[in-house]
Amino acid sequence: MQQPQPLVRIEGLVKSFGTHVVLNGIDLEVQPGQKLSLIGPSGSGKTTLLRCVNYLERPTGGHIFIDGEPIGEKLKDGRYLPMSDRELAKLRSRIGMVFQRFNLFPHLSAIENVMVGPVKVLRQSKAEARAAAMELLAKVGLAEKADAYPDRLSGGQQQRVAIARALAMRPKLMLFDEATSALDPELVGEVLNVMRQLAVEGMTMIIVTHEMRFAESVSDKVVFMADGAIVEQGPPGQVFRAPQVERTRAFLRAIEDH
Amino acid sequence: MGVLDLWEMIRPELLTAALATLQLALGALLLGLVLGLLLALARLGGNPLLGRLAGIYIEIFRGTPALLQLFIIYFGLAAIGVTFSSFQAAVIGLGLNAAAYLAEIYRAGLEAVPKGQTEAAQAIGMTRGQVLAWIVLPQALRVVLAPIGNVAISLLKDTSVASLIAAPDLMLRAQDLSSQYFMPLEIYLIVGAMYFALCFPLSLLVRRIERAQERRS
Amino acid sequence: MDDAVGSRLAELWPYLLQTLLLGAGTTVFLTIASLLVAIALGFVLALMRRSDNLILGGIARVYLEIFRNVPILTQLFILYFGLARLGITLPAATAAILGFGLNGAAILSEVFRASINAIDRGQGEAALAIGMTPARAMWVIVLPQAVRIALPPTGNFAIGLFKDTSLASAAAVPELAFRAKMLVSETYLTNEIYLMVAAIYLGMSLPVAHLVKRAERRFTPQKAH
Repeated sequence: MQQPQPLVRIEGLVKSFGTHVVLNGIDLEVQPGQKLSLIGPSGSGKTTLLRCVNYLERPTGGHIFIDGEPIGEKLKDGRYLPMSDRELAKLRSRIGMVFQRFNLFPHLSAIENVMVGPVKVLRQSKAEARAAAMELLAKVGLAEKADAYPDRLSGGQQQRVAIARALAMRPKLMLFDEATSALDPELVGEVLNVMRQLAVEGMTMIIVTHEMRFAESVSDKVVFMADGAIVEQGPPGQVFRAPQVERTRAFLRAIEDH
Repeated sequence: MGVLDLWEMIRPELLTAALATLQLALGALLLGLVLGLLLALARLGGNPLLGRLAGIYIEIFRGTPALLQLFIIYFGLAAIGVTFSSFQAAVIGLGLNAAAYLAEIYRAGLEAVPKGQTEAAQAIGMTRGQVLAWIVLPQALRVVLAPIGNVAISLLKDTSVASLIAAPDLMLRAQDLSSQYFMPLEIYLIVGAMYFALCFPLSLLVRRIERAQERRS
Repeated sequence: MDDAVGSRLAELWPYLLQTLLLGAGTTVFLTIASLLVAIALGFVLALMRRSDNLILGGIARVYLEIFRNVPILTQLFILYFGLARLGITLPAATAAILGFGLNGAAILSEVFRASINAIDRGQGEAALAIGMTPARAMWVIVLPQAVRIALPPTGNFAIGLFKDTSLASAAAVPELAFRAKMLVSETYLTNEIYLMVAAIYLGMSLPVAHLVKRAERRFTPQKAH
């Protein structure tokens, strides 16, 4: 059976900061509706890889294709040219990102944070955007906090608003950059629940995380990275329970002894 | 003659002069705000030459006394045929001076907005212009409000320097009246109180803004 | 610039430079002397502000507000005429140093107060816990660190003071700005002289500003997130 076109295709991705090579030639595909978890020690390049997908980091080499179209560059007469600011913004609006430090806009209330994308970027009317935003806030369990400002919300609440903000753009892909790493332990669960719900609803997700149990239960594919390269990838059952590569085994052991 | 009688006699003149001082300060502030913005954009923009020129301007105007700058604009330019009235020279000089400080304030304000804000805005598909207008500038504005207030207070006080190039401000009027009434101490005390009445409310306002900022972070 | 001016400049510039440098020396002297007065008095005021005594705190507060909201030039004039009224005649330079010092004390008192407050309370408490008296704790633990934090803003204040000494020219104190004015009325080489003066001010203030910026990077306490 022929595979449908992958939603994300990463080809030979290389990224260096000065002389420091962070990503050493990554090839990866994500199918529509697939949940992919990126795990690995810090410095393995998993966050950099994620940030390349929506071009917050500019690759030094290689290409990334979203739905068959390259991101950050245009193919013209067989050559790759940089993409304009406007075109890049348009592409990004179809990809949602949730950050480790939430990055909510402090001068806007929760609902305004969720509305600002649809109003300013998608040019929806305020009324339309507000109604949709209320629905999303209700979906993440924060309808009653709609008018609260970020500094009055707990970390878990802020992150859930951040997820609603990303969802407001109706993305076809959601990127999660260690979404729970900055949260107090008792607040992690409420965010993971929202992510789980999204997964069940069929969203394509790339998740960088340290929450191994969550990754195992939610993912279709797990990718273990170290030193800028993919060491092992496969279904969670394999990577977590029967890792083929010693490096993977060592990593999982180290986490367990924690 | 008692101080109160003196006050009765010279009050109208002093109030007119105080108005001139306010106009001077306001004119200089406006010039400084606009020019300072241009300088900050030159520094932060892509063009390295413009950036360096702006940087040199800022260093020169912050590294020399305002009095000297006024001397050059009033006397120095006159010597090469460009004449300003003392009032104009004062507005220009104090404005050019304020611009150098305001440019740095604008820069600090923009840099105070965390990078994550720009990234989050870009992630939902805002163009660079939209990021600036809706996310970065509103936050930067809150940061610069108090420092700009302090520049305004300094400008109000620095207008007194303009008296040394004979600009018709409060201090010059005080000097004239002193030689008229031979009560210099009383007159300068009154004038000092008038400056205080102008600056103190502004100081309190700036303090309130600073405290509100503290609470926010 | 025509030849007549050019040749006058050529013959006069040693005299000009010499006079201006003498003025610069006076400027530096005024700056340092005023700085010392401002530091000493500013420190006392800072302690008064921090003390539990309401009267002392109130006096310091009033002092601060008065000196911060009135122009220095006005303060200098009031001091000069006030002293004369009291029958005290000081040389103009001394009165200027006093005036700049009193004004500077107000500004520095806030700098010192903020620097002391910037030291984590926990340090003072730890010092008390091992048995130091509050005074000892302040002297041995808090102040040494507060001094380092206070260095950059004090440096910036000193640069501002250095420029403000030009106001003493109004009282005929023979510092740089005054000498410049005199030379201009003597020789009419207006722009040449003012540019030399600007260069001299810059030559002295820029290196200090550079040092202060470096100190800022080392000594400014980073706010914890």
